[in-house]
Amino acid sequence: MNLELSRKILEESKKIPAGEKINECIQCGTCSASCPVATAMENTPRKIIAMLRADRIDEVLQSNTVWFCASCYSCTVRCPAGIKFTDFMYQLKRIGVKYRIRPKNKNGLKLAQCFCDTVRKYGRDFEPELLIRYNLRTNIFNFFKIIPLGLKLFLTKRMPVFPPKVKGIKNIRKSLEKIK
Amino acid sequence: MKIYTFYPGCSLEVSNRPYLLSVNEIFNALGAQLKELPDWNCCGATLYMGMDEINAVYMSTRNMAIAEKDNYDILNACSACFLTLKKAKDYLLNDSELMQKVNSLLKEEDLKFTGRLKIRHVLEVIYNDFKDKIPALVKRKLNGLKVACYYGCQVVRPKTDFDDPEFPNKMDELVNMLGAASVFFTYKAKCCGGMLMTTSEDVCLKMVKDILSSAQNAGAEVIVTVCPLCQMNLEAYQDTVNKKYKTKFKIPILYFTQLMGYALGIDKDKLGINQNFINADKVLIK
Repeated sequence: MNLELSRKILEESKKIPAGEKINECIQCGTCSASCPVATAMENTPRKIIAMLRADRIDEVLQSNTVWFCASCYSCTVRCPAGIKFTDFMYQLKRIGVKYRIRPKNKNGLKLAQCFCDTVRKYGRDFEPELLIRYNLRTNIFNFFKIIPLGLKLFLTKRMPVFPPKVKGIKNIRKSLEKIK
Repeated sequence: MKIYTFYPGCSLEVSNRPYLLSVNEIFNALGAQLKELPDWNCCGATLYMGMDEINAVYMSTRNMAIAEKDNYDILNACSACFLTLKKAKDYLLNDSELMQKVNSLLKEEDLKFTGRLKIRHVLEVIYNDFKDKIPALVKRKLNGLKVACYYGCQVVRPKTDFDDPEFPNKMDELVNMLGAASVFFTYKAKCCGGMLMTTSEDVCLKMVKDILSSAQNAGAEVIVTVCPLCQMNLEAYQDTVNKKYKTKFKIPILYFTQLMGYALGIDKDKLGINQNFINADKVLIK
């Protein structure tokens, strides 16, 4: 149980466009039925709201749930109460990061961290480095699994050798630092 | 002549280079000019939004602010960039405090965001701005080639004025105009799993398999798409799907712009068709 966390989530959700609508959920389950990855989630979208109402949102964040959301917006489009559930999923991801409540399966979180690190470094994504970073932090042996794909990309001239260059990168880094 | 500020995005620069080539070729053929956004940066994609909201919004806004130095609509080819930019714009126009904060950061580079430019997608622009021109430009007959138009998710969702979020049809209309025959398949706007291919391959392979089955059952000889991530997942992982589910898919996955370019008589090499993994010659040259 974590009453304080539930309160913070509800408060912060008001800041995102149409975020306050989360209170209007009628638990119809249209979101869960529409979600193409609901079967892989320990807590389905409808249940997440039920858990929030029962002050058990910390359990949701610890479970393999929010980082499975692929951002396809099916739930958002179909919700009869007009809840932008995909945006709420993003918010739950950020809350987990902020309060260091980590899920059991950390792959999604680690990919996001590696992605942000790579983008902060170059200003753009540099795919080979992103995948090296990610595999070093998760399972290094998986790296061997992606070698054939890398080779195919290389042979079709779709593999970058040099990292991208953005002239304004110093300003970008400075700004991102300031926001912190 | 119509001019657009073109925001290619990270994936088009490299692993989805054929998309970049074909977009440039067809806009050239349509008589429009694409001016690449100077010194653009990553939009932040879906991943940054899950880590830090203001950082993510800043990344997208820098691009829109650079574009505001000119007066042209911002043209996206990547569905994720398209949605990410639109979302950032929506956030800022609804939150003056956030707008002020982001603008104070952009000031360092002499940039300012007001939100006056339209954020548009290649598919929508071709349909709305050039549809009438297309029939006269078609040079190669596609002879009723059976095409599954796969939209994916972010180009039509959560909301566009352009097409239906559940059963979009505009790409189908264009494909039919080119002389091909679009097939109706139920997974046309289902998600391909996107980044899940990296983080939980098993979950994503199932999604890809379902899309491929749906298209094949509908009789499609080729699938066309307008999203770099969709193209990558459907094409590069077909072998893996075949191994896992004992299927025999070998469906070429073209970018919509490649098929369109081919119909307009543009050389295949220029459209990057030879850089795709699954050979499309068999279906294109009938």
